[in-house]
Amino acid sequence: MIRILYFAWLKARIGRAEETLTPVPPTVGALIATLAARSGGYADAFSRPEAIRCAVNQEFAEPDQPLAAGDEVALFPPVTGG
Amino acid sequence: MAVRVQEAPFDVGAEYARFAAGGGSHGVGAIAMFVGTVRSVDDQPSVNALTLEHYPGMTERMLERIEQDARSRWPLADALIIHRYGRMLPGEGIVLVLTASAHRAAALDACAFLMDYLKTKAPFWKLEETAAGATWVDARDSDDAALTRWTA
Repeated sequence: MIRILYFAWLKARIGRAEETLTPVPPTVGALIATLAARSGGYADAFSRPEAIRCAVNQEFAEPDQPLAAGDEVALFPPVTGG
Repeated sequence: MAVRVQEAPFDVGAEYARFAAGGGSHGVGAIAMFVGTVRSVDDQPSVNALTLEHYPGMTERMLERIEQDARSRWPLADALIIHRYGRMLPGEGIVLVLTASAHRAAALDACAFLMDYLKTKAPFWKLEETAAGATWVDARDSDDAALTRWTA
């Protein structure tokens, strides 16, 4: 199982802030593909994968990063603080 | 050295006074400060309020790392980053950066470096409220470009 967190417009489009997923997809990219294949808000949220950024266990991660059980995976748009 | 992530407004004068009072024993001759505020007019229509969302935990971790990075590049006697989250109105402070060093170049450069890195590495997202509704602010390419001057 992994814990998935959503922020900003991803959270708004999906309609939830977090969820868990089992089985664990092999990589960040595989996770995004799995979520994008869902219906409703998910398809909308992931319609432009290039606009999605990811962190695994609170460190920025690329699509080829492997995932393991227990990981905290955050998905969000490019940051706009400051 | 300190990082604070808070919902409450910060008092620039009080923060500066506290920061400056700590510098006397460190041979400090220069203090640089940056305050980022809520713009009322960005593009049209005008902004009535701004809400900042963040990723608790990762935010503090990234800000502390950015501060350590600055300390490794410049001889800083002290540094302070305060970044707010939650809803704020035009004119309110969003972020405060203070840097202290013996001379001005290190203080000014470290302050600019901290802001450039913070804008692209700290997990914050801005939601603008206008008369037309609420919209998430898009990231700017110019913020990514600003980083390149520190990596040349």
